[in-house]
Amino acid sequence: MARKVRVLVAKPGLDGHDRGAKVVANALKDAGMEIIYTGLHQTPEMIAESAVQEDVDVVGLSILSGAHMTMFPRVMELMKEKGAEHIVIFGGGIIPAEDVEKLEKIGVARIFGPGTDTGDIVKFIRERFPEE
Amino acid sequence: MRERPSIESLLELFADGKVSAAARLITILEDGGKDAERVLDSIFQRTGNAYRIGFTGPPGAGKSSLLNRVTAKFRAKDHRVGIIAIDPTSPFTGGAFLGDRIRMQAHSEDPDVFVRSLASRGSLGGISNCTDEVVDLMDAFGKDLVLIETVGVGQSELEISEKAHTVVVVLVPESGDGIQAMKAGLMEIGDIFVMNKADHEDAEGAAREIQDTLRLKDIPEGEWEPKVVLTSAREETGIDDLIDVIEEHRRHLDEGGRFANMRKKILRSRVRNALMDRMERRLRASDKVRELLEQRMESVYRGEMSPYMVVRELEELVSIQ
Ligand SMILES: Nc1nc2c(ncn2[C@@H]2O[C@H](COP(=O)(O)OP(=O)(O)OP(=O)(O)O)[C@@H](O)[C@H]2O)c(=O)[nH]1
Ligand SMILES: [Mg+2]
Repeated sequence: MARKVRVLVAKPGLDGHDRGAKVVANALKDAGMEIIYTGLHQTPEMIAESAVQEDVDVVGLSILSGAHMTMFPRVMELMKEKGAEHIVIFGGGIIPAEDVEKLEKIGVARIFGPGTDTGDIVKFIRERFPEE
Repeated sequence: MRERPSIESLLELFADGKVSAAARLITILEDGGKDAERVLDSIFQRTGNAYRIGFTGPPGAGKSSLLNRVTAKFRAKDHRVGIIAIDPTSPFTGGAFLGDRIRMQAHSEDPDVFVRSLASRGSLGGISNCTDEVVDLMDAFGKDLVLIETVGVGQSELEISEKAHTVVVVLVPESGDGIQAMKAGLMEIGDIFVMNKADHEDAEGAAREIQDTLRLKDIPEGEWEPKVVLTSAREETGIDDLIDVIEEHRRHLDEGGRFANMRKKILRSRVRNALMDRMERRLRASDKVRELLEQRMESVYRGEMSPYMVVRELEELVSIQ
């Protein structure tokens, strides 16, 4: 009864590009994970509620719009309110180094910069959730 | 990192209406085994109130988009809605891309709508083996309507007709879908046929084609005659008609004890399937059975024993009085 890793991949914000998010989603799927993809224009409320209902282990947010300093804390706060503070959260996108540090301090597990090898993201998740 | 609260505490939170607890219990049901049985044992008494509607049809027909529209209408009628959206697991990687939620995010903040995506995992058809159990959980959680989306491939259409009270087959006017539907066995299981994407010009013709095919069916006097509805999930047309027909079918089942019979039939087949499953697993796990089988196979290879002689001997070994 191997427990499957479930990952929610979402694209918050106003811009309409989710290519990066889709590439990551596909790589994780090919690595044998179950990906819940919620698409574009996701609000923190949508993301947190979806993560809870789907009982995911990991949430990955793709951010290009610069709203990262409000987005991540808000999603984490909402997940906590809903009793899901155990969910691991990571991000991808263009985020200045000083912000990365701040985000990791408040509990974002990792920020992947542009051009990240998707294999690294798979590894990052596998390290936390080895196949049982 | 994968520590989970105890089942007892999850069940308590579940009884208090906590969504996160319900969601984690669904995961336990999905993983199967003893824990799943414990969860089901303790919630089953609270089930029996949810009406189940299955939506099936070819990939991309607009099932999720339609569910989104239908859910809005049901919510306006004060139904509490559970949605189970099932997508196939890749047989090569074991992974799955569950994308049905994309179309339903409008309801993600409504506390009376609970959407759960499931991968088909070990099941051969497009449906997940634990679908019944997840429906039960949503039922016990207070959802009075449970909508189940499955892709109409393989055996899933047969399976959905064993799980849903009303089966809605969603088709699109694109080339030859009527024929495809007939081939795939969809014509036999639908209580309602939706020709979606009615904003395409050939939709009406395609709907008529389905209607003509349905007329060829021999329907006994007084039984349900499958209905055809034209919808556009995109332009939000025909959705009220679809709701009306679903409710009409539900009323039809309520007459003359049809619904009660159907419920019994569904439960009976669940018990039977679970029993067969369990027996098969126990047979496979038994060393005694395996040893005897291996021994006797030599005789079968040499032509000294027929396959049935072996089976009779094995039957003695596991005999049930
Ligand atoms: N023109 C038109 N497009 C539609 C309609 N309904 C859905 N679509 C589009 O059809 C595509 C598939 O829609 P979905 O709702 O995801 O279809 P589905 O049947 O759930 O797909 P799978 O779950 O992947 O099998 C999307 O691009 C929708 O926008 C409709 O009524 N008219
Ligand atoms: Mg869908």
